[in-house]
Amino acid sequence: MSEASLCFSLSEEQQMIKDTASQLVQDVILDNAHQMDEDKTIPDEYLEKVWELGLSISPIPEEYGGYGMESTPVLNAVVLEELSAGDMAFAIAAMLPSTVINTLLDSGTDGQKKKFLPPYCEGAYQAGTVAVNEPFFGFDAVNPATTAEKKGKNYILNGTKCFVPLADRAIHFLVSAMTDDGPSLFIIEKGSQGLSIGEKEKNLGIYALDTRQVQLEDCQVSEENRIGGTEAFERFLQRSRIAISAIGTGVSRASYQYACDYAKERMQFGEVIGNRQAVAFMIAEMAYEVDAMRLLTWKGASVLQNDSDARRDSYLAKLNAGDMSMKITDYGVQVLGGHGYVRDHPVERYYRNARGISILEGLASV
Amino acid sequence: MINLATPQYIDNMRTSLNSLAKSVLRPIARKYDEAEHEYPQELEMFRSMKVMGGGPKKKPKTDDSPEKSSKPKKGVNLGTVVTVEEMCWGDAALLLSLPNAGLGNAAIAAVATEEQLQRFGDKWAAMAITEPGSGSDSGSITTTARLDGDEYILNGEKIFVTCADRCDVVVVWATVDKKAGKNAIKSFVVEKDTPGFKLETLEHKLGIRASDTGTFVLDECRIPKDNLLGSAEVKTDTEGFKGVMKTFDNTRPMVAAMANGIARAALDFTKEKLEEAGVDLSYTSNPNNLSSIVREFYTMEANLEAMRLLTWRAAWMADNEQFNNVEASMSKAKAGRYATLITQKCCEILGPLGFSRDYLAEKWMRDSKIMDIFEGTGQIQHLIIARNVLDLSSKELK
Repeated sequence: MSEASLCFSLSEEQQMIKDTASQLVQDVILDNAHQMDEDKTIPDEYLEKVWELGLSISPIPEEYGGYGMESTPVLNAVVLEELSAGDMAFAIAAMLPSTVINTLLDSGTDGQKKKFLPPYCEGAYQAGTVAVNEPFFGFDAVNPATTAEKKGKNYILNGTKCFVPLADRAIHFLVSAMTDDGPSLFIIEKGSQGLSIGEKEKNLGIYALDTRQVQLEDCQVSEENRIGGTEAFERFLQRSRIAISAIGTGVSRASYQYACDYAKERMQFGEVIGNRQAVAFMIAEMAYEVDAMRLLTWKGASVLQNDSDARRDSYLAKLNAGDMSMKITDYGVQVLGGHGYVRDHPVERYYRNARGISILEGLASV
Repeated sequence: MINLATPQYIDNMRTSLNSLAKSVLRPIARKYDEAEHEYPQELEMFRSMKVMGGGPKKKPKTDDSPEKSSKPKKGVNLGTVVTVEEMCWGDAALLLSLPNAGLGNAAIAAVATEEQLQRFGDKWAAMAITEPGSGSDSGSITTTARLDGDEYILNGEKIFVTCADRCDVVVVWATVDKKAGKNAIKSFVVEKDTPGFKLETLEHKLGIRASDTGTFVLDECRIPKDNLLGSAEVKTDTEGFKGVMKTFDNTRPMVAAMANGIARAALDFTKEKLEEAGVDLSYTSNPNNLSSIVREFYTMEANLEAMRLLTWRAAWMADNEQFNNVEASMSKAKAGRYATLITQKCCEILGPLGFSRDYLAEKWMRDSKIMDIFEGTGQIQHLIIARNVLDLSSKELK
């Protein structure tokens, strides 16, 4: 419940930051997204550009090097949608540090914040990554197979994680593992004993994002590296589900906009194909489903912003985003027909990327 | 600043309206579904309640400073869609049967002169637009109004008039000049006992049976000249007709809200039965690990949430004086279609309970179907949205 009135429009500040993110996408991402996908990598200079805007580090308190801005799930969702409308792989990489940062700000102790936050503010983009997914059939984020066994003042972690973004260069790994009292989060630092990084994974989509398997073999961390308890893990999942819904909204919007522009120009039978109801009705459905996906995302983000429990809202937002982003990007390919099937047009990439929305867990945070 | 978390005052409103719907409408929902054309006397208590808003006309704003207009307000349209959802959770057909709350009342409240308000303000007013040959294409109506001294003479046939039997007056759309096209379409208040004005038949319908839907024949029906609503002038541009169509920007979110209310009734009942059977609905497990029924249930809940947010957005925009033509159509396109699908699926999940008339689920499936039809079919909504986003005219995208 909220004391504030309902509001469906962005504030001036929100609009300004949205425009900034949108401009960045216009300037460096849109024309290069295809090449990044082909090259299967994101040039560092693009990540630096986002870092310079301070989107990830703005809520870090000034004493740790940030700007001490209020943490704002709604604004983060807005930014993630904009970046994802440019490229999903880029959006995940660019905002990856937020996953660690927001979790620490939400549930970390002063000591943990002091230890882990400053490196993100030291003048260049730093990857802090997240290791939640596991390569098993029936994987469920709330029930990780990775274990964390308490031994004295330490925890011993064992397990296999997959789809860990930028694992080759990350300074921190936010790892989910099952403890005696339920699922929890741990920060494991780069180079820790028992932490090994695998080969680059070959995925259906988001080619440009380097993801890897990570093995934890008797990996020992101090109990001071455990971030909060099971409630903190639950909130981490809520923030992440909303973030992934925002990414789904961005990918879907990109496909919708491309198909819409195409339908206005593509001539067949002497007129534009948008004049045909069979095409126009797909476009109309894409239009309101993109809006609906965004509204569900913003609703979850608003609930979080009011410090309320967003379990149901975040769950439904992600479920809807998974189903609908698949449907919308499918329509995107269909509107272009044969041209949608070849890689000269981005709709095939959106379609591949969108499959990740319902599958990937924990890769971003609002 | 974006805030879509339900405000406390709306939550309170929903709670109290829901208990009204539960105690007054729900208990008689089945009774009047079976007794199709009988007037629900129990609704008399609503005659003076104005649950559907319908207050005095809004005064034109004098203070137009940007600070003031950028502030979100507790608006009439948002209040109305919240009310409509709760009442339709009780029963949609009964909501359509509330005395003195017909669509005609809304039209009269919007444009009537002081003198007309005196005469018609306290009457139950139905709305007659559709004709046998004119459905979604309301610009093609053929009912005529011919000026003769101080009277108009009306001729034609009107079908699908809601509250046809119970109303006191009917707001009839007719053309004053067939050659002048849409601009010549005007609305006229016709009193029930006027000679030449006859209620021909009452329809037997798939759903919303408690709502009386009828056909009127107008045969040399004479009404005072002063019963014309709005201006008599036939303008040469299409602004006049567009003004008439603009009413839909307010009424379509209302229909979407009706769809939301019925869909929620079906989902609430299904949830109750699932939980009685010990099914866990705690929004925890990965969707891949759910049973098919639970997965379907969550998907329907997400869709209902989407329907409601699209509806609230359209209403909120109207309250904040933003042009909401496309958003109104989006809310109705989504809600009309998905309420139909949700109520079907709930019957499937409920099994025998979904096919038996001992329960209301089958009724909700029948009732919801009209939501994708009246106030513009789902197809019309898709056309409106597509024309807008593709920047095509109604001649280009037919």
